[in-house]
Amino acid sequence: MAAMQGGFLANLGKVYGVYTGTFVGFTIFIGILEAFGVPNRILGYLFIFLTIGVYALIGYLARTSEVNEYYVAGRSVPAFYNGMATGADWMSAASFIGMAGSLYFGGYGGLAFVLGWTGGYVLVSILMAPYLRKFGQFTVPDFFSARYGGNLARGLAVIVLITASFTYVVAQIVGVGIITARFLNIGFEIACFVGLLGILMCSMLGGMKAVTWTQVAQYIILIIAYLIPVVVLSAKVTGIPIPQIMYGQALEKIEVFEKTFGITQPYTAAFVDAKGNFSAVAMWNYFALILCLMVGTASLPHILMRYFTTPSVKQARDSVAWSLFFIFLLYFTAPAYAAFAKLEVYQNVIGQPIAQLPAWVASWGSIGLVGACDAANAAEIYKLCAGVKGNADGILQLNEFRLHTDAVVLATPEIAGLPYVISGLVAAGGLAAALSTADGLLLAIANALSHDIYYKMIDPNADTKRRLIISRALLALVAVVAAYVAGTLGADILFLVSWAFSMAAAGLFAGLVLGIWWKRAGNAAGVAGIVAGFGLCMFFLIGTEFYGPWIKATFAWMGDINIVKIRGRDVAYIWGINNISVGIFGIPTAFLAMLIVGYITKPASPEMQDFIDSIRIPSGSVRNAEAAH
Amino acid sequence: MAEKRLTGEQQAAYWHKTRNLMWVILAAWFFFSFVIHVFAPQLNTIRILGFPLGYYMAAQGSLIAFVLMCVWNAKSQDKIDNEFGVQDE
Repeated sequence: MAAMQGGFLANLGKVYGVYTGTFVGFTIFIGILEAFGVPNRILGYLFIFLTIGVYALIGYLARTSEVNEYYVAGRSVPAFYNGMATGADWMSAASFIGMAGSLYFGGYGGLAFVLGWTGGYVLVSILMAPYLRKFGQFTVPDFFSARYGGNLARGLAVIVLITASFTYVVAQIVGVGIITARFLNIGFEIACFVGLLGILMCSMLGGMKAVTWTQVAQYIILIIAYLIPVVVLSAKVTGIPIPQIMYGQALEKIEVFEKTFGITQPYTAAFVDAKGNFSAVAMWNYFALILCLMVGTASLPHILMRYFTTPSVKQARDSVAWSLFFIFLLYFTAPAYAAFAKLEVYQNVIGQPIAQLPAWVASWGSIGLVGACDAANAAEIYKLCAGVKGNADGILQLNEFRLHTDAVVLATPEIAGLPYVISGLVAAGGLAAALSTADGLLLAIANALSHDIYYKMIDPNADTKRRLIISRALLALVAVVAAYVAGTLGADILFLVSWAFSMAAAGLFAGLVLGIWWKRAGNAAGVAGIVAGFGLCMFFLIGTEFYGPWIKATFAWMGDINIVKIRGRDVAYIWGINNISVGIFGIPTAFLAMLIVGYITKPASPEMQDFIDSIRIPSGSVRNAEAAH
Repeated sequence: MAEKRLTGEQQAAYWHKTRNLMWVILAAWFFFSFVIHVFAPQLNTIRILGFPLGYYMAAQGSLIAFVLMCVWNAKSQDKIDNEFGVQDE
């Protein structure tokens, strides 16, 4: 087994090269099947079952009974491949399906997601990853326990980890459910559980080791699937297949159309309200969201734990750069996706006679993602047209056209006039994105429960076999609970994901950063940081979302609080800040609490300061890791 | 292999250099995350290859800067590690 393992690691390039070639060949084969008239539904099945089958096979081959392999992939993942795995771990259904749609509708405002979900890696690189790798334990709560005096800090970190990761994983399973339901034609609740089987097959047997090598495979599929449609669209519209450069032309043409249509809020204008005037609230929300997403990136345990798996501190640093590069490839393409889709709509859909609309309007309209609402009875044909009054002149005006956010990415292959095989490819890519993130999150939760709670706090004498059995059982249990919540609640993916970032940012960031960079901080400061930051964040989050009017009445002294009707509730916006950025209150509170308590209590012990010195330097051993206990 | 330990002075000098690097990159991060985008409305009046510059910086320019910052940090920290002989591979 060890020899096989060595053989695999020595031949990673060859293995994944052959894998990529096979996948491309398989896609071409499906294309040929399509040309021979095999029905679309069968093609969709082939894509979904074969890709999930491959992930499950990798998961099975990477099964392990060693603790080091189960929790940190044997610390043998080279920087380059860990970068790809992190990319897949990171980019979820929200990035793959949701983001280009948000950009289509939000224009400049939507770019907060593009910035927020990339810039955080700079913080990971300079503030955390190398030091956490040197620390060299299994989980993020391990660090809190070692640095801030044992099980109280560990337990609090586990609470933050589970709250944030669980919120996040529910959103991913919703994403898996949407894709599976659409391409397998089954109900959403059942689809959530079918997707779940795929997730569990990847991670159950091999833990982090299996998840790592599956995620590399998933990254390759998702990036191919994301780039191909937009490259073809760019070639079609501009004649040059480099969408990331050529969509400048699309932006220019969009501007011309906006003048013709009399649109007052231009697509590329920054910080403007519906009338096109400068809006300070729009600007504050933009920057608040960017800060929460960036700081959340540097606090989410399922990402940080990926840097526990590299062979060295140097490779942990290199790996952050690779991660961001692989993520960048998708993120700098998303705005091009949105711009080309928008141009296509303005050019070939708006102002056209209903009878001459492109074929994709009808095909995506039939499943409720597009609506052409001109005729009086349009709502009977297009679900999205409910409540839209068309003028029935036989021409599609701007206000008669409806498009669902998710349709931008999913429908682009057809907008570009590509065969159905590419739609199947995009579905497989979206599934890879959602599954890989769900895998990483579930593993982070299960590890916190089995390693931190069970092994470290309840039964420190448990043997290896028992620990791994407990971990697998908990993984399955958490997955089933998450699928149940996702299946019954369903929810806005982007909004749940943003909450998860705010929670992690408020709860963990200050403790991680000051734990490494401020030697004086003692146990009380660490505990105070989590309690104050996470506590305040959760208080405002639940308060503004579910008890908006009460928050408005009670906290009127804080200044401007307005009530916005959204998600079927009266949600309070403090100083006009959308509550997905609620971390903006929690992050500074955590720092403030740590600084105040850190200065009024006595400094960390000399042993603890020696421990910090030893994790700041790549070579040598970690000293006094148990000093505080 | 006997473990090499830095003297207190060496440790302080190593951390001083590491910390300076961190602050410089953190400042660059702050600039490309926030400062430049404050001026997006003004930058948008400049067009390059069809892109309004303010839009371009948020959609691509800052992203490229972030990737370069991570590479920069990895390379510079390698240099500091080698200088003090504390590299771990």
